[in-house]
Amino acid sequence: MSLVGEFVAEMMASAIRMGIPILLAALGAIFSERSGVINIGLEGMMMFGAFFGALGSYLGGPVLGLALAIAGGTALAFVHAMGSVTFRVNQIVSGVALNILAYGCVRFSSITIFKMATTSPHVAKLASIDVPSLSRIPVLRPLFGGVSPMVPLAVCLALASYWLIQRTVFGLRLRAVGENPLAADTVGVPVPPLRYVGVLLSGALAGLAGAYLSIEHTGMYVEGMTQGKGYIALAATIFGDWSPLRASAVAMLFGFAESLSFRVVEGGTIPYQFIKMIPYAMTLAVLAGVVGRSRPPASSGVPYEREGE
Amino acid sequence: MSSLKRAAIVLLAMTLLVSMAAGCARKAEEAKPAEQKPAEQAPPAQAPKPEPPKKLKVGLVFDVGGRGDKSFNDMAYAGLEKAEKEFADKIETKYLEPSAGGENREQLLRLLAEDKYDLILGIGFLFTDHVAKVAGEYPNVKFGLVDGFIADLKADSNVRCLLFQEQEGSFLVGAAAALKTKTNKIGFVGGMKIPLIEKFEAGYLAGAKYANPKVTWKSEYIGTTGDAFKDPVRGQELTNAQLNWGADVVYHASGASGIGVIEAAASKKKFAIGVDADQTLTAKPEQQPYVLTSMLKRVDVAVYDTISLLVNGKFEGGYKIFGLADDGVGYAVNDINKELIKDIEPKLEEIKKKIIAGEIKVPFDKPTLDEFLKNLK
Repeated sequence: MSLVGEFVAEMMASAIRMGIPILLAALGAIFSERSGVINIGLEGMMMFGAFFGALGSYLGGPVLGLALAIAGGTALAFVHAMGSVTFRVNQIVSGVALNILAYGCVRFSSITIFKMATTSPHVAKLASIDVPSLSRIPVLRPLFGGVSPMVPLAVCLALASYWLIQRTVFGLRLRAVGENPLAADTVGVPVPPLRYVGVLLSGALAGLAGAYLSIEHTGMYVEGMTQGKGYIALAATIFGDWSPLRASAVAMLFGFAESLSFRVVEGGTIPYQFIKMIPYAMTLAVLAGVVGRSRPPASSGVPYEREGE
Repeated sequence: MSSLKRAAIVLLAMTLLVSMAAGCARKAEEAKPAEQKPAEQAPPAQAPKPEPPKKLKVGLVFDVGGRGDKSFNDMAYAGLEKAEKEFADKIETKYLEPSAGGENREQLLRLLAEDKYDLILGIGFLFTDHVAKVAGEYPNVKFGLVDGFIADLKADSNVRCLLFQEQEGSFLVGAAAALKTKTNKIGFVGGMKIPLIEKFEAGYLAGAKYANPKVTWKSEYIGTTGDAFKDPVRGQELTNAQLNWGADVVYHASGASGIGVIEAAASKKKFAIGVDADQTLTAKPEQQPYVLTSMLKRVDVAVYDTISLLVNGKFEGGYKIFGLADDGVGYAVNDINKELIKDIEPKLEEIKKKIIAGEIKVPFDKPTLDEFLKNLK
């Protein structure tokens, strides 16, 4: 019995580790899309976060790493905001361009700084937490012992995002700008600044998601380690109906699918390739099944322009 | 209105320029460590300079994961470095890394060939088709291909395939794992599911069963694309799943993803077995006691050997196979794991002798593995 319990606990712990970066990036996507800007550049911002997180941790410890990762993600998001809010370019194009740009920048920086194109040296992690009393129960040990501090941080951020978007004046305005910018503008809500804030927050969160991968998970930056998680986060956002709590739950579901695919017995009746498909097939299935019912912010992806300007 | 459109166009143009600049800078940067002038400056500068004896130009293109994977590619780099040191006055070297997806492998080979390189080394199985193609187009350039097999090569061909008997080295570390496990459960984490990596797997599992019939295993792969060699996150979680199942020794053949394998094993105080390079030496100090040993694949020897043949004018096309007999593969012993494997070393040496003598036929894929296991019983 306790063996089964331990197995389940280990699987949940693995699901959390796989889900956290998706969750953080999805929160980012929500801020951006709720303000009316689609952020395909999430993947690139995660890449920046992963690289600059490792760099910061290498130079001055994991806390500096997190700070640099947030700064890096925000910087890239600023370019996106400038393009899609100030200059009203096509937001999809801008996002895709940023992903390509991010890849080039990161490799260039890696060669310049680490003298290696694709990896950094080992970097320090944050001190892990043992939850008092809970971590002493053997069955729960995998879930509550040696937990990365970024896990509770992510949970707090999810709750904070929910509160910020649903319960504050700022959130109301942010949503208004994403739903009907003209109406918002008419009553004096500044549209471009709010959209800037949305996109910048999204970059900061995506940077944090990347930092989780390089600092907390692996303890090292490896090129391409984001492995499309930015796009999966976008799927989580859509499936989660642009709500921080629902999207967080979906991110965890995706994490669970991954951790399940690691544990499905191989060599049996299920061919290997199908096992590897589980997380992606699940993404497709939930999107195909649910997306019809979810409703994006009405003006997401539509640049706002005052009439007569 | 139109001013805004203009601004948008300007921004787009700027983005384009910046990314182009980044791209160019990258190329220049890659060329730099090879201590030679960028190719663009060559035409005017070359003629007036009386370079006494012409240096041979040796180029190398890395596999997915690139330099710094602390494994396969770093071994190739070590061989290049050694050759450069030894033949400093006779050769000049340059290395390139393909883009993240590796789509430009062929382009990089061609770039070096156009640049009149004498020897171009493609590091990795994924280069097989590209080397075959480019070598056909540049018959005067010599090519070395690590891990790839091109059919019908002769001594006067311009391609030398450098192949390894990875299954033999893996057999030994499999035996080491099986002799060291306390739970009689071991794990294997492969990178991309391709015949090359299945050689590691088959040898490892066969060696384990040979040394300890009670052993059982979990054996998994990270993915089906080249990306599987640079996914430490999945490497780590796969390993966690195997440790969770009860495995206490995990061997990986997954390039840079193996960083995650070692991380996972060490953090649970279980053993990992490295691959290609002696990964005890590249692990973090706190991880080092948990790297049991490594399956050495002397890509460095293969690279160095090929360059030295070129320098001595003895380059030959065809195939060169590195196995246990000539120390092309093996298991790592170093100051840190010396004590750890002292008790099993005699047994490993005994198995090694048997393999070299041909008494043990090491399996190299699924069918031969099944047959091997059947005959054991």
